[in-house]
Amino acid sequence: MNRILRSAAALGLVAIVCTSALTAVDKLTAERIAEQERRVVLEQLGQILPQQYDNPLLDDRFSFRDEYYFPNNQEVVAYRARYQGSPQAVVLKFKAVNGYNGNIELLAGISADGTLLGVRVTSHKETPGLGDAIEAEKSDWILGFSDKSLGQPALARWTVERDGGAFDQFTGATITPRAVVEAVRDALAYFEANRDYVFDTASQASGVTP
Amino acid sequence: MSYKKIFLDGLWQQNTGLVVLLGLCPLLAVSATVVNAIGLGLATTLTLVFSNLAVSLARRVLRPEIRIPAYVIIIATVVTVIQLLMQAWFHDLYRVLGIFIPLIVTNCAIIGRAEAFAARNPPLLSVADGLATGFGFCLALVALGALREVLGRGTLLSQAHLMFGDAGKSLQITLIPDHPGFLLAMLPPGAFIGLGLLIAGRNWLDARISGRRKQVADSTRNGIQEEAVT
Repeated sequence: MNRILRSAAALGLVAIVCTSALTAVDKLTAERIAEQERRVVLEQLGQILPQQYDNPLLDDRFSFRDEYYFPNNQEVVAYRARYQGSPQAVVLKFKAVNGYNGNIELLAGISADGTLLGVRVTSHKETPGLGDAIEAEKSDWILGFSDKSLGQPALARWTVERDGGAFDQFTGATITPRAVVEAVRDALAYFEANRDYVFDTASQASGVTP
Repeated sequence: MSYKKIFLDGLWQQNTGLVVLLGLCPLLAVSATVVNAIGLGLATTLTLVFSNLAVSLARRVLRPEIRIPAYVIIIATVVTVIQLLMQAWFHDLYRVLGIFIPLIVTNCAIIGRAEAFAARNPPLLSVADGLATGFGFCLALVALGALREVLGRGTLLSQAHLMFGDAGKSLQITLIPDHPGFLLAMLPPGAFIGLGLLIAGRNWLDARISGRRKQVADSTRNGIQEEAVT
């Protein structure tokens, strides 16, 4: 009996020491981690928002779901850029769900008139060496979205060349670029149909995480 | 148990990655480039050092019947602390290695060293064992990473700025300019084939070394016998 009690006490002691250590480290790092995460998001947004804005981008955001334009019940985040109160652009953070391997997370900057400012891939699990040409560091393909809009090219040509569209596919990889192009097209379509809602919805920013 | 033997075992004789074959999951998953390999190797080494130290310090309290759950708590704590610190101070590297850091918990090498070494040896020796085992694992990771990166991309140390800051950008070495990319080396099958080659290479080297040692031993023994005869 004594032996069991002593063992239990020892195990409890280990648990208490470990939990205290974890709590202390968490307290020490929480602020800095939140800061780092904000910095990363701001950097990503900065790449596709060269336009002038004067509002706190990270705090002027809201999230929503829209199964028609953004399938698989995904949460979309919209960051609004305004200058002296008037809407300049929105960055939508969403996912292309038809990739070759898992979701492709995308950021698309759309100016108030519906023109694409730029698109970036923030994370994906596509094949290295083939599908990863969607990353800005690997090839210039993703930069080709700048200045495109729903009419430019025509809606029917918003897909890869193999399907009669206006966008290149990669040698050996069609599925990945097709998924990205079509997801961006749907995001543009969403914006065209919901422009006022996107800019007028009250901000939901709360807490520290962006 | 001497420090020399500990390091010889960790780095060569009992190398976790190439001889004992523990921790293959992270070894195969995170060895596509040298920088990733170094990052995970160092994180694993840190984990080993601190979990060995903690287990060794607590070894008199930890009776046999509770030692395994205690190891699990200790190792999970060490890994989580390292993850938080990395997230705070090496955030870009964390974004590359992020999903693999929690996987260190599943690296059997760590609980293996806790049970086989730290539970029976004093703290200093246990820390040395953690260092040696970690460096050995790191060595295997970096060797496999270098092999795969050179074959797959024709570079070494690409994206070094993730770990060393902006100064790291100049560290990249392009061995094969305009490399078309060799997909097999970058994908998981390449990791398996590369690991197989590394193990074969290590065994071959080891056989040569011990073969030579045996020869030397044989010749001296023969010498002694001859002397005895004469």
